[in-house]
Amino acid sequence: MAVKGTIVVDTEKCKGCNVCVVNCPFGVIALSHEVNSKGYHFLTMVEPDKCTGCTSCATVCPDSVITVYRAKI
Amino acid sequence: MDINDIIKPENKVYGKSSVLTDNIMHYCPGCSHGVVHKLVAQVIEEMDIQDKTIGVSPVGCSVFAYNYLDIDWQEAAHGRAPALATAIKRLNPDKYVFTYQGDGDLASIGTAETMHACNRGENIVIIFINNAIYGMTGGQMAPTTLLGQVTATTPYGRKAELNGYPLKITELLAQLEGTCYVTRQSVQNPAAVRKTKAAIRKAFENSMMKKGTSFVEVVGTCNSGWKVSPVEANKWMEENMFPFYPLGDMKDR
Amino acid sequence: MAEKVLMKGNEAIAYAAINCGADGYFGYPITPQSEVMETLMKEKPWETTGMVVLQAESETASINMVYGGAGSGKKVMTSSSSPGISLMCEGLTYLAGSELPCLVVNVMRGGPGLGTIQPSQGDYFQATKGGGHGDYRLIVLAPASVQDMYDFVDEAFELAFKYRNPAMILADGVIGQMMEKVEFRPAKPRRTEAEIRALCDSWATLGKPKTRERNIITSLALDPVVMENFNIKLQKKYAEIEEKEVRYSTYKTEDAEHLIVAFGCMSRICENVVDMAREAGIKLGLLRPITLFPFPKKPIDALVPQLKTIMSVELNAGQMVEDVRLVANGRVPVGFYGRQGGVVPNPDEIYEAFLQFIK
Repeated sequence: MAVKGTIVVDTEKCKGCNVCVVNCPFGVIALSHEVNSKGYHFLTMVEPDKCTGCTSCATVCPDSVITVYRAKI
Repeated sequence: MDINDIIKPENKVYGKSSVLTDNIMHYCPGCSHGVVHKLVAQVIEEMDIQDKTIGVSPVGCSVFAYNYLDIDWQEAAHGRAPALATAIKRLNPDKYVFTYQGDGDLASIGTAETMHACNRGENIVIIFINNAIYGMTGGQMAPTTLLGQVTATTPYGRKAELNGYPLKITELLAQLEGTCYVTRQSVQNPAAVRKTKAAIRKAFENSMMKKGTSFVEVVGTCNSGWKVSPVEANKWMEENMFPFYPLGDMKDR
Repeated sequence: MAEKVLMKGNEAIAYAAINCGADGYFGYPITPQSEVMETLMKEKPWETTGMVVLQAESETASINMVYGGAGSGKKVMTSSSSPGISLMCEGLTYLAGSELPCLVVNVMRGGPGLGTIQPSQGDYFQATKGGGHGDYRLIVLAPASVQDMYDFVDEAFELAFKYRNPAMILADGVIGQMMEKVEFRPAKPRRTEAEIRALCDSWATLGKPKTRERNIITSLALDPVVMENFNIKLQKKYAEIEEKEVRYSTYKTEDAEHLIVAFGCMSRICENVVDMAREAGIKLGLLRPITLFPFPKKPIDALVPQLKTIMSVELNAGQMVEDVRLVANGRVPVGFYGRQGGVVPNPDEIYEAFLQFIK
């Protein structure tokens, strides 16, 4: 029984501060090349399979733009 | 099992607190204020005291705190928040009352109000964000600016003979009889965030037990004022701020 | 017949506050009004009505405690004297700018600077034109007796809550320190939280129930259009106060050809001057403004046609005289007589100055 996680990012509210990226233990996330309407490179998953739903990213996010889901599969 | 199948309400393990409003915070990317706002909101939500909490916001970057937490707020003149909170709590002892202040507000113009509210042991929570700079007004020196630190008003680095010494106000407050819980925390990584949240939770609970004032300092970053990226700011804070402002509980009775 | 008690003006303020259901007093010692807090501390109202009484670390802290209390819809007050009121001016403009009701008592002493502890009326401008920044006004009541000191506390609170604006009792060292008999009024109980919510739930911060939006007490508005609209709203409030809340009294003005305008302790001294002039066959009358804001413009204006002269008599270098001149608007000469430094003139010297002026 493995645990699988994923995140949903409110890309419009993300300010691209990158603090979550450096705190992700599994290198799942990075800032996108595209920018949102404010001109920020928003957060996106580059290695979605590695996400365990550990919530490190959401915990350090100053703007609550990350929602984390986790399920047993 | 496709990733999208996981995205269901029952599988949600971390999301935005219901006590936070939908307003986008005006804080700079990566600012510690945002994190601490979220923690206060989470504590209020988890304690289910949204209808019994009154916040007092300062003048400074967090002057607009009242736009971000969906509770009743009063905005204090610069430095006066502890005086407002004193009266609100004494007149409404069944309410949770807290102030949220920056280092200029609390440790410069508001020093007397801070000292005396703590010395009277007011049953309030004081949340103090120490980022060693005046953010809102454009990066000037604060009482907690480190020696040698460059700011808009210490362009050659803070010098003691010209600008005096960085003020460890939290250590001072820990020595006052009136304080029951005095701690210094940070929010630059998940572990630190969890500790800060626990500290804020304990402070709120204390404020209903007539034990005195609970004071939670959060050493935070100001990447705009320090002119570094958010990630670099956290690193600079760890290397420069923590040695002078050591983390941990100073009093817990 | 209600109980009559001999007491100082300052003490009357304290008894009146307890009696009219005040919720909190936050103050700081300063001569000549420290008896207000001393009396409150002696009476221990927290054991009877539940009123909070707290000595703060400064006048600055005191007025901000008043701000916090007022923001939660409570009946709160402070008292101080001139230098202390200067420290409170920041708080007063914030209170006006946040539309908060409260009572501030100023027992004036001689200035400027540390000045003296003797009586003065040198804070007229500060009280009526705004000692703090921005266009704001305080509702200002000027007592002339110890009974006034007692009665004006409840009256000021009523006006403050009616208009959601700070109200000031502007007394002086004479009124504060002198003793006279005071008749107590029927007691008013303190309001319960439910009553406060019923009256003030649209703005007071008592904790946000699910049934309403959060209340935010602030005077900040960065958008200039929003800020101007707020200022326009304040000005409308002040215009309404000027329209409806003027209070004044007159003494022998029906047939007066000369008029003295004086408030507070000076109005009582000038009644003797009126009598002295009448004995000498001079038709002198007195108009005593009770509200300094709103200033009794219409009552003075109505008397101007029958007057040859007006004289303002004050314990300062001439402040209210300017408002009298504005009303007279050049139609009649307006003179002034005043003493400063805490010197209180006797009727003879005022009468002498009056005679000189009307020559």
